[in-house]
Amino acid sequence: MELIWDGIVEAVRLIFGGDKEVAEIVFLTLRVSGAATVLATLIGVPIGAALGVWQFRGRGVLISIVNTGMGAPPVVVGLVVMIMLWRTGILGGLNILYTPWAMVFAQALIALPIVIGFSMAAIAGIDPAFRQQMLALGASRSQALYLMVLEARLAILAAVMAGFGAVISEVGAVMMVGGNIKGETRVLTTATVLESNRGEFGTAIALGAILLTLAFLVIATLTILQQRARIR
Amino acid sequence: MTESHAIELIDVRVWKNRRLILDVPSLKLPTHETFSVIGPNGAGKTTLLRIISLLDRPGEGQVLHAGQRISSGRETLRRRRRLAMVMQQPALRNSSVWENVLTGHRFRHTPKDIASRKVGEWLERLGISHLSDRNARRLSGGEAQRVNMARGLVLEPDLLLLDEPFNGLDQPTRLALMDDLWRILQEIRTSTVLVTHDRGEAQALSSSVAVMLDGKVEQIGDPDQVFTAPRTEEIASFVGVENVLAAKVIESNNGLTTASVGEGLVSLAGEYPTGEDLVLGISPEAVVIEDPSDLGATTSVRNRIPGSVSRLFEMGAQARVVVECGFPLVSLVPGSSVVDLRLSPGAQVVASFKASAVHVIRSGR
Repeated sequence: MELIWDGIVEAVRLIFGGDKEVAEIVFLTLRVSGAATVLATLIGVPIGAALGVWQFRGRGVLISIVNTGMGAPPVVVGLVVMIMLWRTGILGGLNILYTPWAMVFAQALIALPIVIGFSMAAIAGIDPAFRQQMLALGASRSQALYLMVLEARLAILAAVMAGFGAVISEVGAVMMVGGNIKGETRVLTTATVLESNRGEFGTAIALGAILLTLAFLVIATLTILQQRARIR
Repeated sequence: MTESHAIELIDVRVWKNRRLILDVPSLKLPTHETFSVIGPNGAGKTTLLRIISLLDRPGEGQVLHAGQRISSGRETLRRRRRLAMVMQQPALRNSSVWENVLTGHRFRHTPKDIASRKVGEWLERLGISHLSDRNARRLSGGEAQRVNMARGLVLEPDLLLLDEPFNGLDQPTRLALMDDLWRILQEIRTSTVLVTHDRGEAQALSSSVAVMLDGKVEQIGDPDQVFTAPRTEEIASFVGVENVLAAKVIESNNGLTTASVGEGLVSLAGEYPTGEDLVLGISPEAVVIEDPSDLGATTSVRNRIPGSVSRLFEMGAQARVVVECGFPLVSLVPGSSVVDLRLSPGAQVVASFKASAVHVIRSGR
């Protein structure tokens, strides 16, 4: 108990004491996971919407792949991305291994199936008559799809939240493709692992507390947005 | 080039699960008029409307819009944007009434000032300007249906398709909306197809009507003709000609025929060979109930048949009376008659109707 209490005291000191290293770690964590979520949203929402509405050959197979991807262990995704980014790998030419870009890439890949899966469910929850009515008013197929996404915006926001929650808390992929380099690719999760390994449990708990608080703040903001939109 | 028909269907067939659900060898819909399609649920009315609206393709056959075939996908979208379909369920967007009515113009990329002017105008014409800023999901059934209609009318289409637009509305709301729609249709004179299962709506709003039963168009004509002179027993029973009677001609002369029906006799207009079997239709509205003491009075009404009331249902301002007069005869009378004539089961009455009110649905041996 005392250990946790000490950790919380240490966390307060690290946050309000203006520790430069911790500030950098927090900032990088937000940037990497934020960028990965934005990327996954831009790609995943249209795909999820299309999978939820359009009927085409191979749809069932794609849905199975997405569902599998939703449960894929981050460390496996990290491994695959790492191999791809090796100098000899298919994306080796990008030369981004052990940079924040590699971390964004890996996290986006983790968030993508989650965003697609939740978006698909969100769109499927809309009355099919709605799409028919939009088409009847002269919508093209993609215009109708766009309006369905707008209509399901609250549920889509939940998809984005789930994606962000998954990537900000994962450690396996960022560790493998980022390398946990101090001042360059160290984020809250990898820093927590490192401090624990070094026996610095106070610092580890402090970093964990900061991570929890960050996740809570971001999700709380999105939830408030969602609630406000619903009341309107 | 003349556009005498807004829509023409040629040999259109639609199958669903290997069952033929729509079979229309030929159907031509007039321009600048309201055409009603009536039929019971599951008759294929909505399927027909979806084919016309180009939302669905028929399994077989062609649909011509203003005399033209539509083949490519691009052409389909362009044509779809010149018509508007108002569906049964409003399915409104979760945003303001204004935004909902604007939707179709957004799809068409109509310049903003023109679109805004039209939206304002149509909200006004449908009497919902005051709802403009309200969320469309918080409207009453009647208000939502007005928004639904405004959404289609604001597009000022070449062809307006209405699928059961009054369904689920309470009677005063329904009548008010029907009245407004009638006035608007008179003003804009847009070619309109109205799908309904309600005979009154078809009669009130359209200049011609098609009766659909079981995927087929069974009869087309002006509403009065279709509703008083149905071509078959099935149509008769659907359009509310409840008295469908099997008769045998006893004698026929001077343009007047007497036929036996059950244990009674009926006079009808026209001449038929003696001994011929007829199927007769009489609308309940055409049958009047009188007090037996009036039987002596002189009148031009040919059929005055004494009988007794066997059943009686009062339905608001009207009452449905079944009189047993050698055969059962249904009559629709004003509610006040129930009191005036002291109608109740067992009461002795006279059922009377003109010879011209008797319509021959079918004749032959």
